[in-house]
Amino acid sequence: MADIATRIAYGEFLVEEAKKNDRLVVLDADLSKSTKTADFAAQNKGRFFDMGIAEQNMMGVAAGLALSGKIVCASTFAMFAAGRAFEIIRNSIGYTHANVKICATHAGITVGEDGASHQTFEDLALMRTIPGMTVVNPSDAASAKLLLSQAVNDIDGPCYIRLGRAAVPVFYDESSDLKIGKGNQLRPGTDVTVIATGIMVASAMEAASELAEEGIDVRVIDMHTIKPIDEEIIVRAAQETGKIVTAEEHSVIGGLGGAVAEVTARLCPCRIEMVGQHDTFGESGKPAELRDKYGMTAKDIVAAVREIY
Amino acid sequence: MKRESKEYYEKIAAKIRVDVIRAIYHAGSGHPGGSLSAADIITALYFGEMNIDPKDPKMAGRDKFVLSKGHAVPAQYAALGERGFYPVEDMMTLRKLGSKFQGHANMHYVPGIEMSTGSLGQGFSASVGMALAGKMDQSAGRVYVLLGDGELEEGIVWEAAMAARQYKLDNLTAFVDWNKLQIDGRNEDVMNVSPIDEKFKAFGWHVISVNGHDFDQLFAAIDEAKATKGVPTCVICDTIKGKGVDFMEDQAGWHGKAPSEEEAKKAVEQLGGEW
Repeated sequence: MADIATRIAYGEFLVEEAKKNDRLVVLDADLSKSTKTADFAAQNKGRFFDMGIAEQNMMGVAAGLALSGKIVCASTFAMFAAGRAFEIIRNSIGYTHANVKICATHAGITVGEDGASHQTFEDLALMRTIPGMTVVNPSDAASAKLLLSQAVNDIDGPCYIRLGRAAVPVFYDESSDLKIGKGNQLRPGTDVTVIATGIMVASAMEAASELAEEGIDVRVIDMHTIKPIDEEIIVRAAQETGKIVTAEEHSVIGGLGGAVAEVTARLCPCRIEMVGQHDTFGESGKPAELRDKYGMTAKDIVAAVREIY
Repeated sequence: MKRESKEYYEKIAAKIRVDVIRAIYHAGSGHPGGSLSAADIITALYFGEMNIDPKDPKMAGRDKFVLSKGHAVPAQYAALGERGFYPVEDMMTLRKLGSKFQGHANMHYVPGIEMSTGSLGQGFSASVGMALAGKMDQSAGRVYVLLGDGELEEGIVWEAAMAARQYKLDNLTAFVDWNKLQIDGRNEDVMNVSPIDEKFKAFGWHVISVNGHDFDQLFAAIDEAKATKGVPTCVICDTIKGKGVDFMEDQAGWHGKAPSEEEAKKAVEQLGGEW
């Protein structure tokens, strides 16, 4: 199957969901062609509102709509959602527990050529500190649809859903058994566990295959939900494999690595290596070049596993 | 809603001001200046205009009030109490550990509060969302929002003002409590927000300027806003910070300070209340 960006899945999800969910309202901040809310907008005039280049107000308006009974998907680039509008999300959406789904696209290094100003590595860390906020980072287009549907239909409260710009491999399908809050073991293994999130999940699977040839038996977990984090699957990995590598397209400070370490430190201390952005800004370049330069590829996971093995 | 005489509302506003002073005195902290300047605007809305039901705070189609200048919430708590949403005495736990009456309102704790506010500018944004939802649902209810003048220095206010005009939210009326003072001093010295009327006009709003302590003018503005179609209305209310208590009036120092027992007593007496 051809690679598909999770933002494309988001756009398709909105169009499908609109047909059966009359509470759904979508907001955007002048990026509807990029965030892929444009098709919903074209087909659902009257429940799509472009808020212009004003992300803070978009989050406030989203809160007001949600507190009036709407289910609101508010979209812009992750940098400007979690970053620029953080305090509005915290106070107007988080503190009120408003039913807003912040669907933030163009997260991480794979935003590519736009460069450091647009590459956010902080959003998962920021969002997971907000009480009551569910934080989801789908790994492919199929799981994005499944998890978006759960966020919209099963969770009455704020969710942050991290979506990407770049096309990535699809390895789930619509019948996959995924649930927000539950990590998904994609591959059994007894030597080391790689807990990956977002686009790093496919890289983790690639790394595990390569390592298997060397006789290293790697377990791979797709941790699509960063909050609430699945403690049980982490503890089991720590107990059974003794060593963990985390992999994320995000800062190793405060994101998946931080979240996993918080769990193991309390419940089952073990050695952890973290693959991700290491306390530095990005730069312009092709997504693949950037992943290579900043250490977020399958070979970086391979190296981390060898280091810890 | 049938309107009573001006004196009727003045009496209620005086009661609300007494409640505010007592609650802030007991709390030992809070914001008397901006609560007193806003008391008449809040009284006009809760007692002379809004379609709300204390027995059914979530009534469908109700009017909604959002206090975007959330630090003035003692005045709103008092108004909701006097209006019958709960006994006014309940709010004397203001700012105390475990109280429903938080220093800045939590909408889930106190019936009648539509939005948790406190961080300036955000209530205005939320009110735009509520008005937008009202339009979508063809609700008869209107949305009222009260902003401080210093609050207008927040950028989000102007983002919200643009959006309200873009989506023709004529079901939204914003009041500005123009008491001319903020924590660090006079608006013009700290960060000049004037001319407020020209700014809102430039953002496409219908603008009305009134004396914010004159009920006839307040009601005339509320009615004019309801009759205005296609654009939101901003009512700029010329007010006096600390209104009703002579030693608090027009003093920036009373923005966020509780009165001593002696001061509180004196204030309550001036307002015609009993200590």
